[in-house]
Parts: sequence; structure tokens; C-alpha cells
Amino acid sequence: MTEHTEASVRADVRAWLEANWNPEFGLVEWRNMLIDSGWGVPSWPKAWFGRELPMALEMVVDEEMQRIGAVGVAKTGIRRLAAATLLVHGTDAQKQRFLRRSLTGEDTWCQLFSEPGSGSDLAGAMTRAEFKGNRWVINGQKVWTTSAHHADFGLLLARTDWDRPKHQGLSYFVLDIHQPGVTVQPLRQMNGHASFNQVFFTDADVPPENLVGEVGRGWAVATTTLMHERRGADGISRWGRPTEGKGRVYDEERAETATVMEPYKWYPQRAGRVDLIVQRARETGRFEDPVVRQEIAKLLCLSKSAEWTARRARAAQMQGRPQGPEGSLGKLISSHVARAAARVHTLISGADAMLSGEDGAMDGLIAEILVSVPAGSIAGGTDEIQRNIISERVLGMPKEPRTDNDRPFRDVPKNLVV
Amino acid sequence: MQFSFTAEQEEFRSVLRRFLEEKSPPTVVRRLMQTEAGWDRAAWRDLNGQLGLSAVHIPEAYGGQGFGPVELGIVLEEMGRALLCAPYFASTVLAATAILQAGTEAQKRDWLPDIAGGETIATLAFTEPNGRWDTAGIATTASATGGGFRLNGTKSFVLDGHTADLIVVLARRPGSADDDGLSLFTVSGDAPGLSRRALKVIDPTRKLARLEFHDVEASLLGEAGAAAAPFARTMVLAAVGLANEMVGGAERLRQSALDYANLRVQFGRAIASFQSMKHKQADMLVDVELAKSAAYAAASAAADGDADLPALASLAKATASEAYLQTAIHTIQIHGGIGFTWDNDTHLWFKRAKSSEVFLGDATYHREMMMRAWTE
Repeated sequence: MTEHTEASVRADVRAWLEANWNPEFGLVEWRNMLIDSGWGVPSWPKAWFGRELPMALEMVVDEEMQRIGAVGVAKTGIRRLAAATLLVHGTDAQKQRFLRRSLTGEDTWCQLFSEPGSGSDLAGAMTRAEFKGNRWVINGQKVWTTSAHHADFGLLLARTDWDRPKHQGLSYFVLDIHQPGVTVQPLRQMNGHASFNQVFFTDADVPPENLVGEVGRGWAVATTTLMHERRGADGISRWGRPTEGKGRVYDEERAETATVMEPYKWYPQRAGRVDLIVQRARETGRFEDPVVRQEIAKLLCLSKSAEWTARRARAAQMQGRPQGPEGSLGKLISSHVARAAARVHTLISGADAMLSGEDGAMDGLIAEILVSVPAGSIAGGTDEIQRNIISERVLGMPKEPRTDNDRPFRDVPKNLVV
Repeated sequence: MQFSFTAEQEEFRSVLRRFLEEKSPPTVVRRLMQTEAGWDRAAWRDLNGQLGLSAVHIPEAYGGQGFGPVELGIVLEEMGRALLCAPYFASTVLAATAILQAGTEAQKRDWLPDIAGGETIATLAFTEPNGRWDTAGIATTASATGGGFRLNGTKSFVLDGHTADLIVVLARRPGSADDDGLSLFTVSGDAPGLSRRALKVIDPTRKLARLEFHDVEASLLGEAGAAAAPFARTMVLAAVGLANEMVGGAERLRQSALDYANLRVQFGRAIASFQSMKHKQADMLVDVELAKSAAYAAASAAADGDADLPALASLAKATASEAYLQTAIHTIQIHGGIGFTWDNDTHLWFKRAKSSEVFLGDATYHREMMMRAWTE
């Protein structure tokens, strides 16, 4: 086996890009070429469009792609999670059927995990999957589903066994969204947006070949999906930013990104918009107020330290070293930053902090921050759960006492679901 | 800016940690803190003889090891962790930095080798009883007489000021104000006209002294009237050093709190199993890691000669001021009643956290300094 070096990889991919890249290709056409060359997902197995390159060399490919301004494979939305999950747990037939089209962007995916009765307690899912005749029949409800309104497929976590303990009665499926048994409804938020959906299943159909992993082993598959979701959330990746340039392929990528990112357009406000703080303080004349300056300074100390902590974690990861505790703190820290930012924006805005829309500061942007920040400490793992995870997995403290893990799931107290 | 340490730096750290665990366990800290000097000649010789620590950041041309702010930060972090009782910060951080920043070539060659070797204990006398950390607080005067200068005034909060062999003093030309007319001087610890006494302090591991100058003969260090800029740079580098020392102590406390929670049983189980304890520990980890990131970033910026350094130094000091003390408060709390006793070691670090919170300027002061550096 030839050992790749940074120089050889760089030379090879550069040569291939120079010979093949053309911004006038159609997006799907270009991506198929990229996939077939092995440069689209270079860290993937050779059997599945990859070159088995380590992460450090994958970054070299990324640099070369950026250098020439080439568009990459589809990485936005849940596609990335679907691809990563199927790569690990899928059958060859599933990989054959789903991987390429998720990389080209032809298929869109959504994640069907959370339910009204199971959020933090994800493994308490109660959407029912019953094997009848020779098909799986799905009944139940999922919530907080991004992109379901334009998705083709969903990654579905459902319960197949009520007599086994909780984690052992779950199975994982690929669900075709486009069928009469699946109804998608937008979910309105306190900040006025409806970025997520409720998804209702009434005798929805899943063919047996869409079961991922074994019956009753769905939790392990879901764990893979969640692990990849967590990895993308450190705030350093370029996810969600289309490549800049003129040409057909860029136009199509921009359109794809816009569609995917549409539900997230308020996320910067959810994060607190620390970038606006000094400007807002200056334009309101509050910058000279010593109390406001101190609060701004506290926020900037927190926000810069948070950024450096994420970089320390990333540096350890890049060097292939085991991550220290700094790698697990990102989500909890960013929640603190957002809350502090909301407080400081309020201090700066004064009475105007009561107004919204065109009457509000910055055409309602400040108001959007104030009513969006509460989501930050909840979505994607609450602060309380983060603290449990940090104390248990990073600090090795005793796990919470459990009463739900080792008896039949049907005997565990649950929320009433209508 | 580097976001990780090199293998050599990590190796250096672990050698140092083992050395300090052996040389500065809490029993030694308790013994030395009760002496008036607060440190021990034999131990000081070991520190310098075996590891050359006083020489770490001093350039090789002046008898030093020629390492930079990152290595110095590692040394200070480990010393903070061990609560080392030694005049290291006074001599090699404050005084040596002032000499490096302000001194002429000849003066650096005169003073630094003995500081680097540990033969001379030096300190920097800049603050006065008014407690200000900026140059507006300097009232001590330096009058030109004959071929030299005479100093009159009072310095306070001088680190190891009562035992130092050499004192670097910041004073002003009579009639000048703020950054104008400032000069640095060197004065011998036993100079006629200089009276010194150790102050009573909350933190016995960090001795402070009051120095009264009555017509004390002093030698000019560097250029007359031009000390404001080198002094400012010294304060910036000292803040970086102190922030790194503080995160070493904070991390030590955090770990001790975790160890105690895992050991202590109440209601039939380790108190570590209660969620309030788990969540508090997670919060402490966040506080300490954020403070470390800031301290390391500041040291790295100092090593790079980053134009942003003054802002980052103040950011690191402000963050450390709050994190170290808050961690100390949590650690006492987690220990319960026993954490409040003299015999438990927590108060030793708590008191260092308390004095460091304020030394070189508290969080409020440094946040304002940071805002000015960044936005003006």
C-alpha cells in the first residue's frame, strides 16, 4: 500500500482539479465527477467513493478545492449525517441506493428522532414500528424536524419492542417522506419563525430493506448519527457557506444552500450577535457609560475565550491527540455567550428593547436576538444534559441513578401522548 | 497564535510538575509562609541550580536560557499549581522584564546574569499607598543631584520588597504627571535612607512590603524621562505571566474539589453523585478552561509580538481574576465545613486567588484597559 504524503496528495488533487474543474458544469454533473474521482469524500472507504485518507490529508484536499474555488459534494443539512450513518451501519444495497444521491444533493434528508414525549430522553421514543405482512407500519409523531417540508427521506428512530428495556427496543429506518401516511406540519416558535416541523405518521410504510442495522439495535445506529451531529457543531466549520464565484455550478450550489439554510436564518441571532455589540453601543451613545462598558468587556472576555477554547479543541483533534476537556464544553459555553449577549444588547438598547419589527432597533434584529436566545440552551442538547454529560464522561463522576433502564419499557412512567 | 503546546513544551511541563510536587508540597508551603521572608535560600538554589528556572525567558546574551513567554507561562502555571513560595515572580518576571524593556545594553549585561542565575533577588517597586496601578498614581520623585539621582517617596505592595537584594524603582521628575517624566532606577536593598517593612497580608505565600525612600541614591536604568513605554510593556508581560500562574492554581483547586466530592460520603453515597455537585463541577471546568484559553492565548500573542497583546493580556488577567477566585469559592463550598478550617489546604490557594485577583489590577480595571486597547 502506498503511503500518501501531503505533497503527493496535494499534487494529485491539484492536477485533477486543474484538468477537470469547470464552473459551467451542472451541480449534480460536477459532483458525480468529483465522487467518481475519489476526491469528493477522500476519507471514505475506497469501496465507496473514497481514498481512505486520514483527516490531516483530507484537509489538504479541502485547501486545494478552496484554492481553485471548486464546489464540493453536498454536505449541508442532514445529508451529511445520513451519509455518515449509512456508511457505518448500512447494507451494501442501502449504500448503493442512497450514498451517491446524498452526496450529489439529489436527495434531501431529515432526522426523525425527537418526539413530544421524548426530547432529552431520546431513547424514550414511542413512535411505533410494527412488522405486518412483509412491511413495517409506522404510527406516531416526530417533532423539531428540520427540512421535513422539502425532504425526500428521513432517518427514523422508532420502537419495535415494548417488552424489552428502553434502549433495546428501538430500531432505525430510512423512511420515504413522499407517501400518504406521512404528514408534515410547520411548528411555530416564540420568535415568529416556523423553522421546524411536526411529522405525523398514520400507517406510514417502510419496506424491509430500509431497516438500518438489526431490529432492536437502532440505538447504536442513532448514536452514530448524533456523534456526527455533535462534531459539526463546534462553530469552526464552513458548513452552510456556499462557494463564491460566477458560473452555473455556483448558482446551483447557492440555491441549494439557500434552501437548506432558510430555517436557520435566525441562528446568528440565537447565538447573540456579539459582533454587533460595540457598533450598537457606539451608535446609541452608551459606549461611554462605564457600567455598560464593563458589561460589554465581560461579554468580549467570554466570547474570545470561548473561541480560543474551541480552537484548542480543534488543534488537539487535528494533531490526532485525544481531546482534553476543552472539546466537550463548546455547546454549554456558547449558551452562556448567547445569554450574556442578550443581556448586554438589552442594556445598550434600553427602552427600545421593548420594540420589534420596523419600530425596533436595527429593523427588529435586536428584538429577534432577545426572543431567540432562549432556544440556545435547549436545542441540540440542553445545558442541564450538557452538564450531566461533562460531569459523567469528562470528569468521571457517578452517573445519575436510573429507574428506567432495566425493566420492560411498557412499565416505565411516560408522558401522556394524545 | 498557537493553540496547543509542542511535545517539548509538554515534556518540560511534566518534568517541572514532578520537581515542584517534590519540592513544594503543602507542608513546605505552610512552613515557608510562616517565615518573615517567605522563601528559603536552599530551595531557591535548587530551583535555579537544577532547572535554571530564573533564566527561562532571559536571552542567552545575558546569561539566560533564551526561551519565550510561552515557556515562562508554563513555568508560572506549574508554580501556581504548587503554590511555590519563592521570589520568582518578583525577580524574574517583574524586575528582569523591566530591565530587559528599559535598560541599556551595558545595564542588561550588568544586572541580568545574576538574576538569571538566582544569585541576585530583585523586585520592581511601582505601586504606592494610593493603590493605583496606572502611572497617575506615581508620586515618588527622583531629583537629579550632582551626577546622580535621589529618590523620595513611598512604595507599597512591593512583592518581596523586604528581602530583595536589588530594587527596580519607578519614579518621576518633580512636577511631572502621568506618563510624563517617568524614569526607572536601580537601588540596592540595603541602600542608606531606604527603610523597608513587610506588610501584614491575607496571602502569606505572596509577601508584600512597604518601602520608604528618604533621599536614597539611585542609578538610572535606561533613558531619563522615557520609562512610561517600557514600564507599560513590563506591566503587560507581567499580567500575562500572572494570568498563567493563576490558572495553574485554579486547575489545582478544581481537581481537589473533584477528588473530595468523589471521596466524601453523605446519605449513603459519594456527594459526587448528587446532581448539584455534578453541575457545579461542570461549571467549574468551564470557568477554568476559559481562563486557561485566555492565558495561553496571551502568552502566545506575547511570543508572536502580536500588536493585540495589551488587550489580550488584560483579557487574560481579568478572566483569571474572576475564574481563580470563583473556583476557590466553589472548592471551599464543596468541602463543606472542613473547607473552612486552617488545617485543610484549600484556604492556602483561596488566599493566593484573593491576592492575585487584585495584584496588577483587578478584573474591572483590566476590562477597562482591554476596551481602551481595542477600541481607541
